[in-house]
Amino acid sequence: MSQNRILVQTADFSVPGEYQRIAADNQDGAVVTFVGKVRDFNEGNQVSDLTLEHYPGMTEKVLEQIADQARERWPLNHLTIIHRVGTMHLGEQIVFIGVSSAHRKAAFAACEFLIDFLKTKAPFWKLETSDKGQGWVEARDADDQAAKAWEQ
Amino acid sequence: MINVLFFAQVRELLGESSLTLDAGEGTATADALRQTLANRSDKWAKVLASDKLLVAVNQTLCHWHTPIKDGDEVAFFPPVTGG
Repeated sequence: MSQNRILVQTADFSVPGEYQRIAADNQDGAVVTFVGKVRDFNEGNQVSDLTLEHYPGMTEKVLEQIADQARERWPLNHLTIIHRVGTMHLGEQIVFIGVSSAHRKAAFAACEFLIDFLKTKAPFWKLETSDKGQGWVEARDADDQAAKAWEQ
Repeated sequence: MINVLFFAQVRELLGESSLTLDAGEGTATADALRQTLANRSDKWAKVLASDKLLVAVNQTLCHWHTPIKDGDEVAFFPPVTGG
């Protein structure tokens, strides 16, 4: 089984670089990637930047568990999760998920599963700066439901 | 000793990121520890009474009845919002 590539870092990441790493094996016919970015609105407020806090130690452990769960469900080869912490400005990349598999269905499903689980299980918190000041982003029921849907 | 950590809003509202307590009756379970900390002041009682508060013991999310032993790390935090 291939190793999971799991990184929690302040530095930005290179999507072409990560893609090359995931797409290296000719046995894989499918590569699916997801990038989460800082967008300019949330709950009707104009967002200018985000600060991501996390629980060092637990974060890496949870991401490894989520990655292993994805491997139990689908035949995956490469699996990468990169999550940034610290302050990020509008338009910057926050999170990268990439998986490779022989077939597209497994790769699509695993990528979606990974981001749904990451958003609800991994100890990251967003502090948002907007035109209304600074405030912690509230957890969304829709994210919880998306993660629960995989358990049915 | 029990090492206690606080994150995000919980850390900010309490004005503390970590503290240590002697292991004992007041720290027998995650809920007992929460009660012990809530007795510190009205502010602590209010923050720790949130029904959304989550607890992890030794870096694993757990239930309030989870037992705690000497040397454990216990973290209190709000629902996560990464990704």
